[in-house]
Amino acid sequence: MKRRNFVKKAVLGTMTSVIGAEIVFGTTLPNGYIPLGLQDPDPFKMFDKDRGMEVLNDKPWNIEAKAHLLDDKITPNSSMFIRNNGLIPENIDASTWTLTIDGESVKQKKTYSLSELKSKFPQYTYQLTLECGGNGRSEFDPPAKGNQWTVGAVSCANWTGVRLRDILADVGVKEDAVYIGYHATDVHLSRDPNKEPISRGAPMQKALQDETLIAFQMNGKDIPLAHGYPLRLVAGGWPASVSGKWINRISVRNVVHDGTKMTGDAYRVPCNPVAPGEKVKDEDMCIIESMPLKSLITYPKTGATISTGKTLDIRGHAWAGELEVSKMEYSIDFGSTWRECTLDKPANRLAWQHFRASVDFPKKGYYEVWAKATDTRGNSQPMLLPGWNPKGYLNNACHRIAIKVI
Amino acid sequence: MEDHKKFRLLVKAIYRLLLSLFGLFAVMVFTLLFIMYNPDLFKKADLNVGEEKQYVAVTDEEDFDKIENGIHLRTGLVDAEGLMTVVNNCTNCHSAKLVTQNRMNKERWVSTIRWMQETQNLWDLGPNEEVIVNYLVTNYPPSKKGRREILKDIEWYVLK
Repeated sequence: MKRRNFVKKAVLGTMTSVIGAEIVFGTTLPNGYIPLGLQDPDPFKMFDKDRGMEVLNDKPWNIEAKAHLLDDKITPNSSMFIRNNGLIPENIDASTWTLTIDGESVKQKKTYSLSELKSKFPQYTYQLTLECGGNGRSEFDPPAKGNQWTVGAVSCANWTGVRLRDILADVGVKEDAVYIGYHATDVHLSRDPNKEPISRGAPMQKALQDETLIAFQMNGKDIPLAHGYPLRLVAGGWPASVSGKWINRISVRNVVHDGTKMTGDAYRVPCNPVAPGEKVKDEDMCIIESMPLKSLITYPKTGATISTGKTLDIRGHAWAGELEVSKMEYSIDFGSTWRECTLDKPANRLAWQHFRASVDFPKKGYYEVWAKATDTRGNSQPMLLPGWNPKGYLNNACHRIAIKVI
Repeated sequence: MEDHKKFRLLVKAIYRLLLSLFGLFAVMVFTLLFIMYNPDLFKKADLNVGEEKQYVAVTDEEDFDKIENGIHLRTGLVDAEGLMTVVNNCTNCHSAKLVTQNRMNKERWVSTIRWMQETQNLWDLGPNEEVIVNYLVTNYPPSKKGRREILKDIEWYVLK
């Protein structure tokens, strides 16, 4: 008894010193329960992520996958990247959750409960590619400020929800509507309740697409907390920051939405190309809309050694923002020659497409397998870094893996 | 007759003794359970308070700002002039990882500070600003990467 009490108190004492405040009712904590403030040390357990994922930032949480972890055709939660601008909301109660549609351009303000949304509107499931606008930022020179994403800030899961267009039709939208902006319950890093960590959106044209969902399920289950439980916007093919998490309000605006991270240089690139490192005025920066064409070799993992004469099977995914990928090629000689891969059609519009090829190597040595996608407009991925921009967005340079034939 | 009376008295006495024994037992069990579910009850009289403090002290003094191989373990920041000023001003709102993964020149570190002051509630750093900027520029300067770097840090494995 005494021993157990002592252990409990000693542990509580330590917890108190770590948190920096007394844990009120500490001794009545259920056994085995870890206070939220202490859950930080193991993000993989907390978010149910593969231990091969890379934690870029722990306040706010930003975690990326590696290419070989993204081999599944439909991305499972375990390898889905986490991108946060603020702190993940706590104490979410789905039974009292509501979504309010307001703004200058609605005919009337309207609020729906979660169950109303589910019962009132038809439900749809789409597989949608979500890529962080800053995926690949780590390669820019001069370096760009922010989380230094490499290749793993992309996912393509199944999202189930109702169409935003159906909700907007029910509410009634005025003719002067130009943009929608979301508001959510995540908390600003400074914990200032008057600040929103992020409040972005999309032009009406994107908001009204069939595939733009107000989603409540990911891969057939409730959306995991880190990915927006219980309700999020999903706008495939656009910077994932458009797909707001934990949303409770959507404003239909008669101007371009001016919420946090819509202005300045956030999620914007120079309207006209600039030299690396060049200063760009705010008014010369344009909002990113569709993400660029890109691809990823997800098998094998980079660093494979194979024996001479063996054929190497490679596979991966390719996506093209609002467009479709029409051709996929690989090169083992640094782009001198290209061979075509087998390329599947997407499961639906805005889903990534799978490719595969069998690669033969002429002799022993070090090789790099490069992958290059071409979209329906004839654009191909660059081999070198594309246009430099102050915040390091839109790096769609070809993905490369290293192979040794011995 | 007398024997019968005596016997009855004896039975009564045993009955009472058993009753009080069970009563006492029940009270003991109740008390024990009560203490088990309310460990706070005897907190002040307990010996734990002192030991608890000692336990905390060990954590604070030995580990909190420990430096190993030139790295401030708690934050991952490089141990150099200005370290604690950076720790105290730059890791309250966001993780130090946001500092350590970035590389910027003086002008861009300063503009990052200005952006945080304008939009993120960062306070006026006063004379600490120079200390912080010098620390950042010295320890986290931009690196040249060119248009495309070679593939680095490859972990070779045999593919079966």
